[in-house]
Amino acid sequence: MSDADPLVALSAFGAVLRAAGVAADAGRIASFTEALSLLDASRPADVYWAGRLTLCSDPDDLPRYDAAFAAVFGGQPVAALEPADLDPVVAASSPAATDGPPAPPGGDGERLRAAASSREVLRIRDIATLSAQERAQLARLLAAFSLPGELRPSRRQKQAQRGPIDRRRTIRAATRTGGEVMALHHRRPHQRPRRVVLLVDISGSMAAYADALLRFAHAARRASAPVEVFTLGTRLTRVTRELSHRDPEVALRAVSVAVPDWSGGTRLGVLVRSFLDIWGQRGLARGAIVVVLSDGWERGDPQLLGEQMARLHRLAHRVIWANPLRARPGYEPLAAGMAAALPNVDDFVAGHSIEALERLAGLIAGPARRQLVAAHA
Amino acid sequence: MVIPEEPPARTTSLLPVSAVSPAALADQLRAIGYLADEGLAAAAYLSLALGRPLLLEGEAGTGKTSLATALAQLLDAPLIRLQCYEGIDASQALYDWDFPRQLLHLRAAEAAGTGGGSAGTESTGTSSGVADRVKELEGQLYDRRFLLSRPLLAALETTPCVLLIDEVDRADDEFEAFLLEVLSEYSVSIPELGTIRAAVPPVVVLTSNRTRELHDALKRRCFYHWLPHPELEREVAILRSRLPEVSEKLARQVAVAAQALRAADLVKPPGVAETLDWARALRVLGVDALDPASVAASLGAVLKYREDQDRAGEMDWIAVLAGV
Repeated sequence: MSDADPLVALSAFGAVLRAAGVAADAGRIASFTEALSLLDASRPADVYWAGRLTLCSDPDDLPRYDAAFAAVFGGQPVAALEPADLDPVVAASSPAATDGPPAPPGGDGERLRAAASSREVLRIRDIATLSAQERAQLARLLAAFSLPGELRPSRRQKQAQRGPIDRRRTIRAATRTGGEVMALHHRRPHQRPRRVVLLVDISGSMAAYADALLRFAHAARRASAPVEVFTLGTRLTRVTRELSHRDPEVALRAVSVAVPDWSGGTRLGVLVRSFLDIWGQRGLARGAIVVVLSDGWERGDPQLLGEQMARLHRLAHRVIWANPLRARPGYEPLAAGMAAALPNVDDFVAGHSIEALERLAGLIAGPARRQLVAAHA
Repeated sequence: MVIPEEPPARTTSLLPVSAVSPAALADQLRAIGYLADEGLAAAAYLSLALGRPLLLEGEAGTGKTSLATALAQLLDAPLIRLQCYEGIDASQALYDWDFPRQLLHLRAAEAAGTGGGSAGTESTGTSSGVADRVKELEGQLYDRRFLLSRPLLAALETTPCVLLIDEVDRADDEFEAFLLEVLSEYSVSIPELGTIRAAVPPVVVLTSNRTRELHDALKRRCFYHWLPHPELEREVAILRSRLPEVSEKLARQVAVAAQALRAADLVKPPGVAETLDWARALRVLGVDALDPASVAASLGAVLKYREDQDRAGEMDWIAVLAGV
């Protein structure tokens, strides 16, 4: 450290770290100074470790920390920090970003685009090709089934007819009868549905499906289980509140007002990252069933999408990817985004027809409740 | 040991008197066979000095659990281990009432005629004396001697001790919130009994294999250290110190081979624990110097996936071991 006021230097260090994306808040800086007071602040190595142990909380933080440390205490510029890393949400929502980065060049993209444009030629009974009347029928059908998430045992126990003996309740009853056990009480873990998070891609390549998928999301939202819905376009929009109206038409109109970026490009990696940063990490995705309804057509960096899907996979109970294109004969996950995401997807399913969406609902409900859902539909 | 309403004694330093700096602590750890690098020594030092939990993340087999064992040995304190798993709850981690003994106590009280006895059931509650006796009996039932200590409570009641909360990422996220509660106050409230507080907070080491993201609130309570695989020289030193019967040459060869395996794109790269197993296996096989044949014979000790073994079988071991 230089001969300047050490506290000023530490605060400046914190600011650089926060700019680099490390969550070095005031509480952590306080821990840092406390730790440093026990070590030798004149030794760069001690300052380094005091900071790393208190300010970082994730292996991803370590390279950022090293760069920031070198910049503040080593007199080097912060070259290693990419501006794109700083604030994905702002970047994604600025008007200039609507154009998005160019589509990844190469044969994969061309082949998929060819497949998308020859959609009419293929004889698939696909949502994209339904008539208006059939669409109305679909809307009624979709509204009819709800989407309770797979059950998970809660930490709370409740009384039950069978199961392990509830010794506490049994003894309590026995004290009333002078220690004589008259009846055995039982208990079991209370079952709770898992939260379901739907990420619906509404970009241009998904335009034909977006309406049906949002209806699906609406049907899901109407269920008693907690469901959260987000749209992915050029930016991330939370539409859970808009979809809570009972009438699907009203709800969808509310969504269309709330979502500013219909049929734009998709930057899945950036959007999944902002979803995780703003919502997922804080608990929305924890232990939840996360369903991505998208064709995996990524206009940004597929590697980023892969990394963010890995992060999502670590947080969520299950990650399901429903891709309408998957049902096409000879489909292979060639879209760079899809290929990057697949290793971190538990179930990769189709999402092109009512039947496929029903199957998706069954998958979300888990084995125990699948029959129940089938009966509802 | 029911001590209600007393501020937590959190700032008590648990450092051994002679450990005046991280380097001194590292020396002491080395003396009992645990080789800590500069970062880990600083982490352990700060954690002991400030009485805050130490959260260790890293690949399997990089010495996360053994640090807790080494600290317990260094402080001459018992190691209390809480192994986390999916569905673990308070009655398995904290405390539980010993119901069979409570029942026995009820029966004993009945036999001696001191409790409510049969009078409680027959006299249809007209006598208030009976109600008092029942109340008294219930009070006796929730006595400390009927409380079973699970690891967390045992750690609060044992002074000093090292509490190892192993593989915390395996537990459910609700359990984390519960852990946070215990780790921030070092006290536990038992409704029937009162608050039990640690006289001196235990040394807490949490380990995680990062199969799941831990809650930020929990991380903020802790010093965070990411344990990488050790560098070659340190791995040789670890092998030599843990297995003195293995020759310097073989130790170096095993360490070089392990580094090569980690550089290869494997499903499960070997950790130090596997390297130690490997060296032990080679010792049992009577191998003095590693060669492709002995690698093939003993690979099962270090690689546990068939794909990894196939890949390792294709590696050019003569080139890897050349010049060692």
